[in-house]
Amino acid sequence: MRLSGLQKDVLSLYRQCLRECRKKPEATRKHFQTFARDEFEKSIKLDKRDFSAIEFLLRKGRRQLEMYASPGVKDIRK
Amino acid sequence: MAALRSTASALLGAAAARPSLRMAAAAPSAFRGMAQLADAAQQNSTASEQANLKTFQIYRWNPDQPSEKPKMQSYTLDLNKTGPMVLDALIRIKNEIDPTLTFRRSCREGICGSCAMNINGTNTLACLCRIPNEDKADMKIYPLPHTYVVKDLVPDLTQFYKQYKSIKPYLQRDTPAPDGREYRQTKADRKKLDGLYECILCACCSTSCPSYWWNSEEYLGPAILLQSYRWLIDSRDEKTLQRQDALNNSMSLYRCHTILNCTRTCPKGLNPGQAIQSIKKQMAF
Repeated sequence: MRLSGLQKDVLSLYRQCLRECRKKPEATRKHFQTFARDEFEKSIKLDKRDFSAIEFLLRKGRRQLEMYASPGVKDIRK
Repeated sequence: MAALRSTASALLGAAAARPSLRMAAAAPSAFRGMAQLADAAQQNSTASEQANLKTFQIYRWNPDQPSEKPKMQSYTLDLNKTGPMVLDALIRIKNEIDPTLTFRRSCREGICGSCAMNINGTNTLACLCRIPNEDKADMKIYPLPHTYVVKDLVPDLTQFYKQYKSIKPYLQRDTPAPDGREYRQTKADRKKLDGLYECILCACCSTSCPSYWWNSEEYLGPAILLQSYRWLIDSRDEKTLQRQDALNNSMSLYRCHTILNCTRTCPKGLNPGQAIQSIKKQMAF
């Protein structure tokens, strides 16, 4: 399947999230992975042509990733 | 008919303006009120009890519903019961009409730079912007242009602050003070900082600069360059050459094309355009 640029951006952000998860302590790694997955699934119903919304969520996601990726964050819970 | 309707609505406003204790006497005073209003209309003077309505159109966008488009929402206020500045009106809207309206504010006297927004097409501080009394047209309030919006009137200034950090806005020197106490400065040297140190980093000038709109990733923008110049000409700072070196590329400084929107819009009356020219001059000679 041919992916659009925006779709690639979303997937790359998700991959980045998973990569950052691997740097977390093994005991809580699962929590980070489910958290990242849930964050993406929250807006799974979004229309794929709603570019401005997707771009906003991408920016928000990158900000969140930057925050949770800092080594001080050891565990994540909802 | 139109005249009748307008008196009736004005009367309503007048009755509403009275405290509720006197509501019992509303009927007789209503007739007096009408006579007064008729007088007022004839003499074309402003009746103080007449409701002075003004409509504010405010940009609304909620990040929790990202698929909804941004929209303009109208609020009508009686100016007689509102303070003179736009910020007073915003605070009143938030307190009395719509608590979901979001904006930054802090000092309400133009010293913190929190309430920078685009009011009637001009970037300014809401706390320093008067509500025009004679002009009956609606006021339009938007967030700062060409910024990502966090919510309603709140812009995302992360990039702006990152750029400010990149110019190292602090005193850099290796040699200690000659008398081991303070770093002294002559009065003439201190005078050079006037018109620079007053900048409150409200980002009004940077977000009004077309050059900054198109190159905000690399061009520093007027506010940051003004701060940069403030450290370049500080007689106590010893890293002037390094600071100049950091600016000496095609993007950081030389994207300024002297459009001078910055100087025109600055709510503190500073002149970032001149500061940028001074940097360019300093670099050239």
